Amino acid sequence: MTVATSVFSKSQAERDVSLLQELTELTEHHRAASVEYRRILDAIGHPAGRRYERVADLPWLPVRLFKHHALKSVPDDEVFKVLTSSGTTGAEVSRIFLDKEAAAAQQRMLSATIQTVIGPNRLPMLLVDTKALFKNRRSFSARGAGVLGMMNFGRDHTFVLDENERPDLDAVRGFLAKHGDQPFLIFGFTFMAWLYLYELARDEHLDLSNGILIHSGGWKKLIDQAVDNAEFRRRFAQDTGLTRIHNYYGMVEQIGTVYVEGPSGNGLYCPDFADVIVRDPVTWEEVPVGTPGVIEVVSTLPRSYPGHILLTEDRGVIHGIDDGDWPGKRFSILGRLPRAEARGCSDTFQGAA
Amino acid sequence: MSTAIADRLRGVFVEALELPADVDVENLKYRDIEQWDSLGHMTLVAAIEDEFGVQLDTEQVIDMSSFKVALDMLQSMGVEG
Repeated sequence: MTVATSVFSKSQAERDVSLLQELTELTEHHRAASVEYRRILDAIGHPAGRRYERVADLPWLPVRLFKHHALKSVPDDEVFKVLTSSGTTGAEVSRIFLDKEAAAAQQRMLSATIQTVIGPNRLPMLLVDTKALFKNRRSFSARGAGVLGMMNFGRDHTFVLDENERPDLDAVRGFLAKHGDQPFLIFGFTFMAWLYLYELARDEHLDLSNGILIHSGGWKKLIDQAVDNAEFRRRFAQDTGLTRIHNYYGMVEQIGTVYVEGPSGNGLYCPDFADVIVRDPVTWEEVPVGTPGVIEVVSTLPRSYPGHILLTEDRGVIHGIDDGDWPGKRFSILGRLPRAEARGCSDTFQGAA
Repeated sequence: MSTAIADRLRGVFVEALELPADVDVENLKYRDIEQWDSLGHMTLVAAIEDEFGVQLDTEQVIDMSSFKVALDMLQSMGVEG
């Protein structure tokens, strides 16, 4: 049927060339299509026609801007979907505008990315969540939307938690009896995979050795348990047999672009149409490999809104380039920026030279 | 043109999406009606797989954006009415 070709194939040198060209073109596209974006570029010293030598020289927007401004590059009557995400600050919500084409493109590229890990076929799928997520059909939480987006990659969807958010051992046992002897997909938020699936599997001696776990959401809620990525992988392998584990990093402001952990667990990798740059939080200069800083994400996917070059509010570090499981940069997320620094980002976006 | 498949597929759509009687199923597109949202899509895919004894891959699930696309897809997979 369809053969998935890897979207983790470009060396850093190849990527630098293609991204510089495509992101420069996208910058001009958004400048022409969005008055607000054009005003921002003018204000931060990036007038039309400026030439760029490196991806890191391109003008970035702080991700927070999407919480305060309705930035879009399509006419109102072509908006097909508006995505929202509540940030850690609660009341503030990013609004991301997609036209039909952008909605299809993000789905296609997410699919190509995930298929690199699981192959072209939908696998039996264990969801470390509860069906109650979808109780109110008209308004899913951000968590519900995330779970639904992943359900396309599975079949025979089975929820680990019952409607009251308690582990449903019978359901999990039934799933494993039916599908446990062949590859199956497990999806969940990191803390839920740990609190509900790991502990259940360990205590009940469940065999997850044919599973492929895809998880995301960060480690903050697991700090009390002293669980980091290495410990997570080690204990799942030791106590449940689960060794195929892929953490991923992504955000609604770059929907469709996900950075996926390689098979050996030594860092997150960028798909061919994206990259990360780590910046010093004071000078905003790009820092060398091994030096922690603020993560900037670039992707050629955002065409209906100017989200192609974003400064995140996450700290991270690049471990190496073209030296791991897949080509390109290999990096980790270190956590959220402290609030003061985070505020600094949006206040000083004019400092982007 | 196998109308037998079309008839069976129409039945699957009506049942899986719990469509009202007056819906023009043949011309239905994804997200035209509230029943065919992303959650409804999961139910629909599972129902099609059960009815026709096929397994759709991820691309097919994502591309299945209308009744007509679903029908073409089944026919191209060699499903017989």
